[in-house]
Amino acid sequence: MTGRDSTDSRDTGFNDGELDHRLASVWSTPPGLWGALSSVDHKIIGRRYISTAFVFLALGGLLALLMRLQLAQPEARFIGPDRYNQIFTVHGTNMMFLFAVPVMQAMAVYLVPLMVGTRNIAFPRLNAFSYWMYLAGGLLLWIAFVLDTGPDIGWFAYVPLSGPQYAAGKRADIWAQMITFTEVSALAVAVEIVVTVFKQRAPGMSLDRIPLFVWSMLVTSFLVILAMPAIMIASTSLILDRLVETHLFNPAEGGDVLLWQHLFWFFGHPEVYIIFLPAVGMVSTIVATFTRRPVFGYLAMVMALIATGVLAFGLWVHHMFVAGLPRLGESFFTASSMAIAVPAGLQIFCWLATMWAGKPIFKTPFLFVIGFMVTFVVGGLTGVMVASVPFDTQVHDTYFVVAHFHYVLVGGAVFPLLGAIYYWFPKLTGRMMSETVGRWVFGLIFAGFNLTFFPMHILGLRGMPRRVYTYQPEMPWSALNLFISLSASILALGFLLFFIDVIRSARSGAAASSNPWGASTLEWATSSPPPPYNFARLPVIGSLEALSDQSTALPVATGLRVDRRELLVSSVVEAIPEARESSAGDSIWPLWAALATTATLIWSIFTPWAVVWGSIPVAIALIGWFWPKGVPEDES
Amino acid sequence: MRVASALLISAVASGCSGNQSALDPHGAPAIHMEHLIIGIVAICTVIWVVVMVMLGVALLRGPRAAADTAKSEAWLAMTVVAAVAATVIIIAGLTIASFYTTRDIGVPKSDALTITVRGQQWWWQVFYAGADATPGFQTANEIHIPIGTDVHLRLESADVIHSFWVPSLAGKQDLVPGRSNSMLLRAEKPGVYRGQCAEFCGLQHSHMAIMVVAEAPADYDRWAASQRGDATMPADPDAAAGRGAFLAKPCAACHTIRGTAANGTTGPDLTHIGSRLTIAAGLAETTRGSLAAWIADPQTLKPGNNMPMVPLTSAELQNISAYMESLK
Repeated sequence: MTGRDSTDSRDTGFNDGELDHRLASVWSTPPGLWGALSSVDHKIIGRRYISTAFVFLALGGLLALLMRLQLAQPEARFIGPDRYNQIFTVHGTNMMFLFAVPVMQAMAVYLVPLMVGTRNIAFPRLNAFSYWMYLAGGLLLWIAFVLDTGPDIGWFAYVPLSGPQYAAGKRADIWAQMITFTEVSALAVAVEIVVTVFKQRAPGMSLDRIPLFVWSMLVTSFLVILAMPAIMIASTSLILDRLVETHLFNPAEGGDVLLWQHLFWFFGHPEVYIIFLPAVGMVSTIVATFTRRPVFGYLAMVMALIATGVLAFGLWVHHMFVAGLPRLGESFFTASSMAIAVPAGLQIFCWLATMWAGKPIFKTPFLFVIGFMVTFVVGGLTGVMVASVPFDTQVHDTYFVVAHFHYVLVGGAVFPLLGAIYYWFPKLTGRMMSETVGRWVFGLIFAGFNLTFFPMHILGLRGMPRRVYTYQPEMPWSALNLFISLSASILALGFLLFFIDVIRSARSGAAASSNPWGASTLEWATSSPPPPYNFARLPVIGSLEALSDQSTALPVATGLRVDRRELLVSSVVEAIPEARESSAGDSIWPLWAALATTATLIWSIFTPWAVVWGSIPVAIALIGWFWPKGVPEDES
Repeated sequence: MRVASALLISAVASGCSGNQSALDPHGAPAIHMEHLIIGIVAICTVIWVVVMVMLGVALLRGPRAAADTAKSEAWLAMTVVAAVAATVIIIAGLTIASFYTTRDIGVPKSDALTITVRGQQWWWQVFYAGADATPGFQTANEIHIPIGTDVHLRLESADVIHSFWVPSLAGKQDLVPGRSNSMLLRAEKPGVYRGQCAEFCGLQHSHMAIMVVAEAPADYDRWAASQRGDATMPADPDAAAGRGAFLAKPCAACHTIRGTAANGTTGPDLTHIGSRLTIAAGLAETTRGSLAAWIADPQTLKPGNNMPMVPLTSAELQNISAYMESLK
């Protein structure tokens, strides 16, 4: 302790009102544009992240409608093959890289620090940087698409179709470099989440008292850290092949075409669980709150999350069953792909047990969870089907697979996410969403989704391949395709209503109390929306159900300084307080660093020298970012 | 252009689809797979119904008894463990069933009839190997096979990845540049089985169909014998004029017609194009009208394909179409 560090700068010396005032002056983001651009508050960045991801969802949905318009009748001339290929590529790329993964991480950026009882996310400036990188990557893809140079090689960008010989122009480079943007931002958030969960938990929140959503985001973050390097290697190699003729994927020069597929799917399959596991955490959270009891089998649920995360890395070959790999090796991947049904089934059964033993309250978030159960089980079972090699050789790359993964990703992840938005909206905005509208939204989306995607199973079995911009009138697919296109309008109407409800509720929804659902996790222990410092006094956790066990106020930990941003570092296992750590203040440098990186990355798809010259502004931005502030790093 | 489209639509309206469905199998591999598909779908449907009943009961059952939570928790734990055990048993069974079906659809013996299929953007080049006395021959977008016999397909690609898929006969297998993949094709009864490329391969991935014509061994032999022969000089005067026009125009730079000076290798071999069911990889039935529509404006019918529009007078167009049709 330094001499300056007297008790009058610690939170112990103040009454509540004075403490709030002092913390607010230290933690608040200054008003105005400059403040907004420099903010490192995880709640401001989290809200920004979530909103951006939903904008991309809406844009990707519009592309889906365009595709359904084109496919509504055979040999339609509404969209030509060149534009259609861009549309389905940008739809898939956008939904995976700009919506699904970022929105899950964004929910964690907002919620995890609140749920573990800390004042900001770890590495807050990195968090700001990751958002700007994500936004830049998204703009790169969409501006390119609007200018008719959107990638047209599929979201999987198989070589050699995406290579220098068959993909002229810069379309494939834009795809590959957009990957770099989103990977950088995803990796940054993953590291922040891991450190926040491991080192910033409130005192007493030992590993067995971590909320299930936080566990799911912890496992997800490890998946991101382990899986994303594979795609970064792949996309960088693709750019090298295209820019400096490395021939890594060119069989004529000793390269290998299947190497791309291995690298892509070694990332691509865990990607599914990177999207799905956060949804599992959301389901567990909502189930617990709306059945008025803890989720049955906490330990089993955590083990299932970890088992899913481990198994996720052992199934990528089931995307390559028809590529010509040895059959015996493929059978191994059949077994591993089917095995992942065990942890998935375990979680389903635990939720069912929770519902059985609890007292269900049928509010909108819970309706989405029920919708999730109905549709995700379909997606899981069709997943078991495509895990079988012979089954897969018939349905691979057909509309059956399109149906399967939309059941998994929409039913398994978007339904829980929409439930989560209805659930956490009061915390995010301080206002409730409309329960009446919510029921309509759920009904339209649930019905529209199933009517749209279920018939695709049949189309696939009856021979309709994926990624076709049209089909011939003599094929027996016209009636089902028209039905699907009409059903898609119901689904679109549901989403339209959802967006209207969000905007209306954010402006004029009923004011929310700090804990409107009677939930038991820590984010509900502070006001809605939370103050810039999250908790005036850090809570001390005595059990898994942090709030429900406390008939009175939570016990609190004190001793943090109030004259600068400071948070508590605790031990990994028992969450015993170890040190007071200063937390970074607002800074414009992450934005400059992101702009410099963006310029370098985009420039580098035109010339390799961009990497050399671009490193200069990046270095300047980083020097500004890390300039010493004269504040001790931490004090035990 | 409008005329060309109208011609094409009238050409295809008569229909030349053939079977293209995993649920309408006519070859041993596809039949094995259909059994597996129906079996797995049936089991999974039962599982889904059971889970949904459990969900419904869990949500809607009557008022909960407050008493004796410890006992009910233990009972719930037993149920969850039993359900997980059942999951393990079912997926183990499905894995084994899948493994045995995989064995049944394996690669055929090496003495089987071997056909090499080379994927191209956006058509199928087909090679029938010759034997000692008989020369081999080349065709496009159509494979003939004798029924009741295992046929070995060797799958290669000239450019990007394609995937050979004729669902009524067998599952799919990719054509990967730099590799040679193998698959078993077999038809149990005569018929035309349609397939199309299943791996996204660029602009005209949607129009890359292939017809497998399965016929009695005697019919197959007759067909193979006629395909081996060179193109004959057409008797019809229009067609004969068309032959001259074909050789004089750029057509011959990309296409081969054996027995003539045309020996281009960029596009499909046209030696017996008139005998094929369809043109332009399944785009339209082979008729004089559809041939004329295609030759007049290939870029409107199949935008982005590699055949350019060659300027022709209407007489030249008529004659070349007549010539193509005559190449039986």
